[in-house]
Amino acid sequence: MRGVNDLGKRTVIPFGPQHPILPEPVHLDLVIEDEKVIEAIPSIGFIHRGLEKLAEVREYPEMVYVIERICGICSFGHGLGYVTAVEGLMGVEVPERADYLRTMWHEMSRIHSHMLWLGLTADSFGFESLFMHTWKVRERIMNMFDLTTGGRVIHSVCKVGGVRKDVGGEMLERIASEVRDIRKETKELTKVFLNDTSVKNRLCGVGILSEDDARDLCAVGPVARASGINQDLRLNGMCKYGELGFEPVTGKSGDCYARCKVRILELGQSLDMVEKITSVLPDGPVEVPVKGPLPTGEFMMRLEQPRGEAFYYVKGNGTKHLERMRVRTPTNMNLPSMVRMLQGCDLADVPVIILTIDPCISCTER
Amino acid sequence: MSNTAKSPWLIHYDGSSCNGCDIEVLACLTPLYDIERFGIINTGNPKHADVFLVTGSVNEKNAPVIRQIYEEMLEPKVVIAVGICATSGGVFRRCYNVMGGTDKVIPVDVYVPGCAARPEAIIDGVVKGLEILERKREAVRMSRKKVRGVPQ
Ligand code: SF4
Repeated sequence: MRGVNDLGKRTVIPFGPQHPILPEPVHLDLVIEDEKVIEAIPSIGFIHRGLEKLAEVREYPEMVYVIERICGICSFGHGLGYVTAVEGLMGVEVPERADYLRTMWHEMSRIHSHMLWLGLTADSFGFESLFMHTWKVRERIMNMFDLTTGGRVIHSVCKVGGVRKDVGGEMLERIASEVRDIRKETKELTKVFLNDTSVKNRLCGVGILSEDDARDLCAVGPVARASGINQDLRLNGMCKYGELGFEPVTGKSGDCYARCKVRILELGQSLDMVEKITSVLPDGPVEVPVKGPLPTGEFMMRLEQPRGEAFYYVKGNGTKHLERMRVRTPTNMNLPSMVRMLQGCDLADVPVIILTIDPCISCTER
Repeated sequence: MSNTAKSPWLIHYDGSSCNGCDIEVLACLTPLYDIERFGIINTGNPKHADVFLVTGSVNEKNAPVIRQIYEEMLEPKVVIAVGICATSGGVFRRCYNVMGGTDKVIPVDVYVPGCAARPEAIIDGVVKGLEILERKREAVRMSRKKVRGVPQ
């Protein structure tokens, strides 16, 4: 039995890989003293599949199906990143309409990803009805994906040279009206997430990441923005973001509350952008035939995923198969920040802190 | 129908999936699909669970975890492989770190196809699994009777 003198001794608590709060397997060894976490040692590798190597056996237009399955939550973004990189390699110009449609779907996937995150976070601090409400709203956007692309989570609409499906005028109107409904419902949810006392008690001042730490540890996406770093790759001129006019959302305090707020504000922005695209979508073709020599050379591109910056590298060797294909995903970059946030936190806050970086282990390990 | 089949609890483990099937499993729990109307509750404890939902394929590192969760569950139990990854490895079949479907490590009762499997299909699969659960429960009951020597 442990006596009074043993209090303050270090204990190691294993967390995961199967844990009610984690939808995905990641394992952490939490070294705790009393109730405080001294150190968190992550171990990953449960989901590694090795799909970058598949580029050697799958032809490059076919590879997009594999890339989309890096992660089911940001599947559209991964497909987009890959085809844009291959298009860059082959010098393909994408028609205007296709580019707008890609932007629209990319923003829709941000909406669905952020809502998914909000729901899971609510669940992690034990607010189950909020989780259910958020996911109920999220089903609307899933439905829109289903109607426009034919799939709920894996869409397969991006292809080298454009998009596979067009969206008709009637559908666009429907999307616009749906977006207005979603905005109304999100307003209600926002009130709870940002003003409710019990939510604030669980989020404010928890898991603080200072701006300097965020820079040193190379945080990306909402995690970096919540710590006050104004960095958003949507400003880099990819797709049609330039024409839509948006400003990145940043926070100051770098705690869980700031990260939650940044995502909620981004959600509103994305809804605005989708609505705007439905009214400004130009007419024209949605794909161009891809001709010319097979890809050679190297190309690199960066893309803002819902979770942050993702990086794609492709290298062709003049055959139908790419010689090398590499993806670096946002969660990979945010893991060091997460370990920093966990140091010194209460054991009870661990699930919330882990969730606020919006971990996507499938992406990280591929 | 036994009480187990009236309110089966399920446990979910993500093998090496892409998340697509996992979020569809979660979507089943939420208001639109509301799997709880069948009395089904998602639990995190293998000892409480009757139904084991596996998504994603199996690799060297997660095979022991899947086996352990399966062994910790009490009889009778059913295993449902959700998505084509859990069925055969799917698109990742030719990856170097993928052994194949869930049936490489534990016996599977129901396969739910799809990539990603739609929530309707998952619910259908679980309901199919319940019939199997009922049969297995009956078998367990009979074998216990035999052991005790109770006339049948
Ligand atoms: S079956 Fe498809 S959607 Fe489901 S985990 Fe596998 S790749 Fe992802």
